[in-house]
Amino acid sequence: MTAVEERTGTPGPDKEIGKARRRKEDARLITGRTTWTDNMVLPGMLHLAVVRSPVAHARITNVDVTAAREAPGVVAVFTGRDLADEQGSLPCAWPVTPDMVNPGHPSIAVDQVNHVGEAVAVIVARSKAAAQDAVELADIDYEPLPVVLDMEQAVAEGADLVHDHLESNTSYHFVFDAGETGTGGDTEQAFSGADVVVSRRFVQQRLIPAFMEPRSAVVQPQGDNYTLWSSTQIPHILRVMAAMVTGIPEHKLRVIAPDVGGGFGGKLQVNPEEILCLLIARRLGKPVKWTETRSESLMTAHHGRDQIQYVDVAADREGNILGLRVRLLADMGAYLRLITPGVPALGAFMYPGIYKFPAYRFECDGVFTNKVPTDAYRGAGRPEATFAIERIMDELAVELGMDPLELRRKNWIDAAEFPFTTVAGLAYDSGDYETATQQALELLGYDELREEQRRRRESNDPVQLGIGISTFTEMCGLAPSRVLGSLAFGAGGWESASIRMLPTGKVEVVTGSTPHGQGHETAWSQLVADSLGVPFEDVEVLHGDTAISSRGLDTYGSRSLVVGGSAVVKAADKVIAKARRIAAHLLEASEDDLEFSGGKFSVRGTPGTGLGIQEIALAIFAAHDYPEGIEPSIDAEATFDPENFSFPHGTHLCAMEVDTETGFVKIRKYASVDDVGTIVNPLIVEGQVHGGLAQGIAQALYEEAIYDDDGNLTTGTFVDYLVPAASDLPHFDTGNTVHAAPGNPIGAKGVGEAGCIASTPAVVNAALDAVRHLGVQDIRMPLTPERVWRAIHQGGDGGDRAPARSNAQAVDSSDAPSTSGGAL
Amino acid sequence: MIPAPFAYARPTTVDEALQAIADGGEDVKVLAGGQSLIPVMRLRLAAPETVVDLGKVEGLRGVRDDGDAIVIGAMTTHSDVLADPLIAEHAPLIAEATGTVADRQVRHRGTFGGALVHADPAGDLPAVALALDAEFVIVGPGGRRTVPASEFFLDYLTTAVGEGELLVEVRVPKLAGSWGMHYEKFNRVAQAWSIVAVAAVVRRENGRITEARVGLTNMGPTPLRARQVEEALAGAEATAEAVAAASERAADGTEPSSDLNAQADYRQHLARVLTRRAVSTAAGL
Repeated sequence: MTAVEERTGTPGPDKEIGKARRRKEDARLITGRTTWTDNMVLPGMLHLAVVRSPVAHARITNVDVTAAREAPGVVAVFTGRDLADEQGSLPCAWPVTPDMVNPGHPSIAVDQVNHVGEAVAVIVARSKAAAQDAVELADIDYEPLPVVLDMEQAVAEGADLVHDHLESNTSYHFVFDAGETGTGGDTEQAFSGADVVVSRRFVQQRLIPAFMEPRSAVVQPQGDNYTLWSSTQIPHILRVMAAMVTGIPEHKLRVIAPDVGGGFGGKLQVNPEEILCLLIARRLGKPVKWTETRSESLMTAHHGRDQIQYVDVAADREGNILGLRVRLLADMGAYLRLITPGVPALGAFMYPGIYKFPAYRFECDGVFTNKVPTDAYRGAGRPEATFAIERIMDELAVELGMDPLELRRKNWIDAAEFPFTTVAGLAYDSGDYETATQQALELLGYDELREEQRRRRESNDPVQLGIGISTFTEMCGLAPSRVLGSLAFGAGGWESASIRMLPTGKVEVVTGSTPHGQGHETAWSQLVADSLGVPFEDVEVLHGDTAISSRGLDTYGSRSLVVGGSAVVKAADKVIAKARRIAAHLLEASEDDLEFSGGKFSVRGTPGTGLGIQEIALAIFAAHDYPEGIEPSIDAEATFDPENFSFPHGTHLCAMEVDTETGFVKIRKYASVDDVGTIVNPLIVEGQVHGGLAQGIAQALYEEAIYDDDGNLTTGTFVDYLVPAASDLPHFDTGNTVHAAPGNPIGAKGVGEAGCIASTPAVVNAALDAVRHLGVQDIRMPLTPERVWRAIHQGGDGGDRAPARSNAQAVDSSDAPSTSGGAL
Repeated sequence: MIPAPFAYARPTTVDEALQAIADGGEDVKVLAGGQSLIPVMRLRLAAPETVVDLGKVEGLRGVRDDGDAIVIGAMTTHSDVLADPLIAEHAPLIAEATGTVADRQVRHRGTFGGALVHADPAGDLPAVALALDAEFVIVGPGGRRTVPASEFFLDYLTTAVGEGELLVEVRVPKLAGSWGMHYEKFNRVAQAWSIVAVAAVVRRENGRITEARVGLTNMGPTPLRARQVEEALAGAEATAEAVAAASERAADGTEPSSDLNAQADYRQHLARVLTRRAVSTAAGL
């Protein structure tokens, strides 16, 4: 961790922006003394437990819930048939092609189940324990159907179908061709004339977002009004969607996201259980709560990634890149959820990375399988793209016999070329790849490590050393509404904020960006303190309740500061403008003669005069004396719609030790230099980078959702779905360059996903660099010791893992002998 | 998750505990630290009729000196084991292996005896007990008996503690002479179970290895002694080459499982590499 002080930038000590403030919300979040959804207790509240399918693909032939209905404490049991007429379909808001096939997504299965864990009945009981006990009493008969799990087999001729009323397992075929769009040359021509073509197949394994707080929903019906509390990233979007699905009119539905313990995209969803809570509360007229267990969460909350990437790059012998071709198979899972199809499509525009490709073509097939749906997960499309381009650049360097950094340098966009429109049609805003790279090389101690690598190779040390490079950019600050419209996304990308000046001079900021742990309350307070010149402590940030924050598009895609923070700044500008008229009136001066600084209006050239904005708040509350023709309020509201994405970039370097005897990999050193534009709070930026690195490294080394041949999730607990802890990760040497984003008043680019996007290829490239001389060309993620060992000693990419759980914690009880004595 | 309903007994003496087990019905589980039992109950993989909690039983905690052995109470927690001076002096291997068990929270609750009786093949302490030739003191309705480690671990999750019995303490013989010990654990993340691990106890005199005991973790349904390695090491020169040659036999006769972390052939390879490393370190090489 680089000392924060080194990177606070230029603002003076009286400025809040740039100050490494500790997050004011953390005390209550960390101690849990706050309103998590599961903490909600309402009078007469009933508890739901979901009976879930134990099979991946089957027709439901009989549902017998008689015994469950009669169980102690059970109030009602609902089957899919009971709710079939009112449940509608969960929404998919991103039809990426006009002819995309959407089979519809019931919240509860009626005739057929399509993945393990799909809801088939819901128990409603007076206590959570009673509901859970009755789950085992539901008796459901299944007639098995062939299970479709492998994407390459699923798209083959004559494959078994996930949805037998559809013609194939392909949901859509999405194409972006730079030649056809006019942003690049003809790709086939570029490849046919190239000296060198390198082709690779990369596997983006399936990942589980694994947020800390499990999903939870509470619904309270009051007359014909409903309040839904949910551990969600998207209360505003959820309100619109839930209204459409359930038929509850939007103005009769209030959605509240109280404090939310993480999401990573995993709570960017309209969940089956949220809809079921609404339907059941409506049926019973009673408040209901559903909170998932960790096992349910891993099994049924949407997953991320899961793509097979076929990547071709063309270049001349001197290392000038000529063309890029990407074909994807993207696993949708069994259904299309909120933005399932859009994740790979969003990535389409990032495959060219920071390089000046003259030609580019992207094709993607969305494929149905009998697994839980995939959807947004930190980076959503961009980590996959960044991995592919940064891996293939290394492969091309090897093929050309060039230094991987030299190849990148030769082809990347120079600092002087910004703004630069890429072959994918994106206008990159600002940056300097060379400077970030130089800084990262110094942080890592690159030359010394290269020297050590040489020594280890020469001495044939059992522990080899490699250095991996990832020079990345990403698009975030989602998003310009018009661009989203052109991509057929079902919403805009603006954000809303309002500022309420209270009589005592305190300030309420209402934001439409709902946080789920990012520190919005602190950062927004810093923004407002600077804009209005009020003390940081005088600002309160309100969020997450559609009755308080009525307009918003929530938090995802590194958008909150860039778009939501900008709305806050714009709203503050309006407050000042409104206050200026009052100040002029009270100071008996012309508005043009007033200057505003440090929270005070004063008359130019008249020292000693002045009126604080907090005093004006009181004056306008009393409203005894204000100008004719204006409303007595200085409150203001603003909506910010960016005109372009923002493009954070950076250079990440990983030095990796590989124990060639065991295959164990250990990160020796990790250095990253990120340009995320203007930094409002360096501590929050550092935290986001660290967390992002942890998750990106976890994809490279640890995490993988594995299904067995029957479609059961083998990695169903944290014993087998391996999330690293701080003790498993190295010290991070982080740094920043700052090129302000020109597209928003703050100059911020977004930092929520950068670490996660950049780090994965750096880690894999490092491991390969360590063992390439031993004949290894690829190792499939995650780089388990076994895979690394097999790749070194047996060739190939390390192969499949045995899909059996790893120890007694997860054995089926029938395997375990009954020991009546002893101790556990 | 929520466990299925169960009856709960909290005895305060060993006799009361035995009575509670006898009275507990068909399926009784004994709760020591609960670090394995509670998760499997919450997952409803185990649904005992009665849980007998030993938490209040006096006299099962702590370590005492018993002349030629140290005696570790079955309910001694991992963190107490780590802080114990007798263990540090006479059986540092136990402390070393215990330090690799899970995380700090688990070590504060989990117990020495509980881990041994649970006999998870991936657990760290069974192979250590085996390598130290520990003895297990078991009480039951029929009285008190002592079982050597070599006869304690019978099968997958199964020990010599019979129906209605309790493990009360473990005797670890003091070693005379110049002994070195090492536990070499291989796992992917710090808090995870062993993929394979090797406990080595080596006596070295005049440049030779006079005796070696090697325990293997997770190389079969029970912990194993690598007898062929031990035989090859007995009397061998204390050199890297001799240790490497002997370690090549570490996986002989083993039938390890294949799971997410390792297929059987890779486990066998790891056993050889880790045995070499464990013995080398224990022998001071």
